[in-house]
Amino acid sequence: MTNADFFIDYSRCIGCQACVQACSECDTHRGVSMIHLETIERRDSVQTAPQVCMHCEDPICARVCPADAIKKTPDGVVQSSLKPRCIGCSNCVMACPFGVPKYQVAIDQMMKCDMCYDRSSVGKMPMCAAVCPSGALTYTTLRNIQQTRPGVPVNEWQFGKEIVRTKVYVMVPPEISRVEVGLVQITTTAASLPDDPYDVALMLES
Amino acid sequence: MEVIPNQERKYLGAPMAKLSTDIPELVEAFGPTLGRIPAGGWPDTREDDKLVKTHCCFCGQQCGIQLRVQDNKIVGFEPWEDFPFNRGKLCPKGIKRYMQDEHPDRLKSPLQRVEGKGFAPIGWDAALDRVVSEIQRIQEKYGKDSFAVLTGASLTNEKAYLIGKFARVALQTANIDYNGRLCMVSAGTASKKVFGIDRSANSWNDIVDADVILAAGTNIAECSPITTDYVWRAKDRGAKLIVIDPRLTPIARNADLYIPVRSGGDIGIFNGMLHVMIKRGWIDREYIAEHTVGFEEVERTVEKYTPEYASKIAGVPAAMIIKAAELFGPAKTSFVMHARGIEHHSKGVDNCIAMITLALATGRLGRKGCGYAMITGQGNGQGAREQGQKCDQLPGMRGIEDPEARKYIADIWGVPEESIPGKGLSAIPLMEAIHAGKIKGLISICFNPVVSLPDANFTREALGKLEFYTNIDFFLSETAQHADIVLAGSLMEEDEGTTTNVEGRVIHHRKVVAPPNGAREDWKILCEIANRLGKGDKFNYSGPHEIFDELRVASKGSVSDYYGITWEKIDENNGIFWPCPSLDHPGTPRLYEGGKFGHPDGKAHFIPVEWRPSKEMPDEDYPIILTTGRVVAHFLSGTQTRRIGALIDQIPQPFCEIHPNLAVKLGIADGDYVKVESRRGKVVVHAKVVKTIRPDTVFVPYHWPHDRSANNMTIRGLDPLSEIPEYKICAVRVSKTEQPIDAIAKLEVQAGGIR
Repeated sequence: MTNADFFIDYSRCIGCQACVQACSECDTHRGVSMIHLETIERRDSVQTAPQVCMHCEDPICARVCPADAIKKTPDGVVQSSLKPRCIGCSNCVMACPFGVPKYQVAIDQMMKCDMCYDRSSVGKMPMCAAVCPSGALTYTTLRNIQQTRPGVPVNEWQFGKEIVRTKVYVMVPPEISRVEVGLVQITTTAASLPDDPYDVALMLES
Repeated sequence: MEVIPNQERKYLGAPMAKLSTDIPELVEAFGPTLGRIPAGGWPDTREDDKLVKTHCCFCGQQCGIQLRVQDNKIVGFEPWEDFPFNRGKLCPKGIKRYMQDEHPDRLKSPLQRVEGKGFAPIGWDAALDRVVSEIQRIQEKYGKDSFAVLTGASLTNEKAYLIGKFARVALQTANIDYNGRLCMVSAGTASKKVFGIDRSANSWNDIVDADVILAAGTNIAECSPITTDYVWRAKDRGAKLIVIDPRLTPIARNADLYIPVRSGGDIGIFNGMLHVMIKRGWIDREYIAEHTVGFEEVERTVEKYTPEYASKIAGVPAAMIIKAAELFGPAKTSFVMHARGIEHHSKGVDNCIAMITLALATGRLGRKGCGYAMITGQGNGQGAREQGQKCDQLPGMRGIEDPEARKYIADIWGVPEESIPGKGLSAIPLMEAIHAGKIKGLISICFNPVVSLPDANFTREALGKLEFYTNIDFFLSETAQHADIVLAGSLMEEDEGTTTNVEGRVIHHRKVVAPPNGAREDWKILCEIANRLGKGDKFNYSGPHEIFDELRVASKGSVSDYYGITWEKIDENNGIFWPCPSLDHPGTPRLYEGGKFGHPDGKAHFIPVEWRPSKEMPDEDYPIILTTGRVVAHFLSGTQTRRIGALIDQIPQPFCEIHPNLAVKLGIADGDYVKVESRRGKVVVHAKVVKTIRPDTVFVPYHWPHDRSANNMTIRGLDPLSEIPEYKICAVRVSKTEQPIDAIAKLEVQAGGIR
């Protein structure tokens, strides 16, 4: 599929881990998954969120790498670390705003999602997007996603004062044009918290 | 016939479960152990020798999948994006399914029980001789019906057909039933009574075009994950979603209305909704008059189900029932679906009838975006109930006591009509007859009742009373541990055949590899036993293709007519929906078009239902409702998925979901060891404290064996019509406890241990 982009639609995720299991079947890293499936707070809800590499336009993982081991291809895919170069320092692990790269102790090397470059570079879907049963991960054209989904795709993030643009899009409500990731002071008094939307006991009291 | 003397069975009559050695030793020898990498390591990245288009062996959705083959071994999978049902999508079970191939636990020889030692390999001839001589001895001594057959709904249509014929022709026993009895029978019975046909009424494409989706008792995200995509696509179009379930499952997170029904209270919601819909004029009286009978009585029955009355039955606020009626009632198109959550009840059939009545009363059936589906659980949950392996049916869903059906099938089988036995016992009464000593011998395939039947301690006791038990399986399941002879059979990918998916689409499982040396295709084993019983001429098949051709003829003219379906046609069309009465017929993706139903009068039959209590309601001693079910990483009794490392990593052991309000009251914190106990048995598992479950209810998934088996607690309460057991509600008490340190607890988690 040429001209295809990668879209994450968190609202669709059902936490099944098909993406995690399929990722570990990719020929370049069999048995090890690069995708992270986060369970947000299982006590309070069933919400889960898959995290692939967002493939930043100006990847900070590459910028902080002292060994110049992380390369971006001309088509914008940030590759996993190059084995001969990676020194296992984990700068990238700490710098990535999305928490994607992981240091693999067994091989003393950082590994991360490369959008199944062996597949996507020859027109196949990345494994996770191919199997995802909920469409939370989708590999399709921008036009198709705009025509079929109620949300809008955005690929611009604000972390404090820094703007990050990514190759991967996330689906958000139509009024949002940029995902703002800021520090929020959580006031911990119970009275200040909104009613828990997924507490079955509260639903039964209404 | 000479009576063969009972062969040295000193243990016979032992009061409790008899195993040849203790469980840890059996586990040591036969697993479950975990398959994590393909045999011989990960394959190199060279071209595969073959990429075979086939289907997942697990749930009723039967997703298309391609299996990679190198050197005659399955080394991986590729999504099959052109298969229309799942378009390449898969769940974790399908992705890792191939890890069961070349598995270290795989049975590669028949086994015979050795007292005190477990099992020892035995040659095929000796094993089959023993099986046949025991069948003959038991039937000679106690009568034909004293030897029973328990079979499964994850078998192909061909095997389901064959084993039904095997029971009636080779064994001539009435007592054959299958584990679909634990799965689809309530839904099937309801559908047959109301619509005259036992099948989901639509292809899944109609879900996407529905304006409102009503889903009850179906944990779609975990038990039928691919269906999620259809529901979300409907929501993309603006569809409203109503989810009814005691647990807020992932599909409920995006519901427009989630109703946390009390288990067993579903009729309150459905009758209450209908009450409101009638009052507000949201039913289609024209459709009802033209295409149905019996509505007046339904109308009279629901008169008293005011939202307030209904809310007491359902255990939810009346406003939720009104809101459900308001969302569902006036919609232009709608799709109704249910699964085991409303079916696994002693009123399972009535629950389903009450729900599908909503689709019928609105006339929203048989057209684009309008329909109804029961979501099948097992791989061939649909097809396996059509081919004549139910205790009361012959192939084509024909009644075994219908003289015309008997004559038609007798002619195809080449046997006298009177030689075909009558109606036998269904699965639970059959196990009870074993317990009572009325059934003395058993052959089983594709069924692990020790884990999957309710009241597991009773099942273990029953198996201990058999004089002879033989089991065809590819792994030594917890039930096979009780066998005298185990026959090494085949995995789905090692044989060929068809299944019928959740939509009624008949699809083709291709043979990907041969069974390992020493194991045999299941159909060959059955035919060989029949042959040694002197019935070889009736079981002389060259392969599954020939069995399918006989099945086609046997189903001809029946409700589930496969006559016009050929393997070639399936391949050309990505499956064919039954009924398909002639070779030039395209199949029937959508039933009930134009308001034509399956009953002889062509109409749908309304049936009024009243709520009644469940078999066991919570009381002072056992004050909490237990409900059981599945998790996404495992399938049924876990015989296969508990052997796959990646799936055990994902969900290693069972747990007890409990609401924080209840947990606090019981002094239980997240992760604590808790004892969940009913009048019949108990488990010790970890507490999982979550707000997403009703505070009067706990949930334990059932895929694990022994002291981790949820079915230790469940009750043998049956629906009077479908004879499905009441897995979804029984009474328990829950308490904090210490970490168990007995021999079973120390086993690996996949074998029933706890960490």
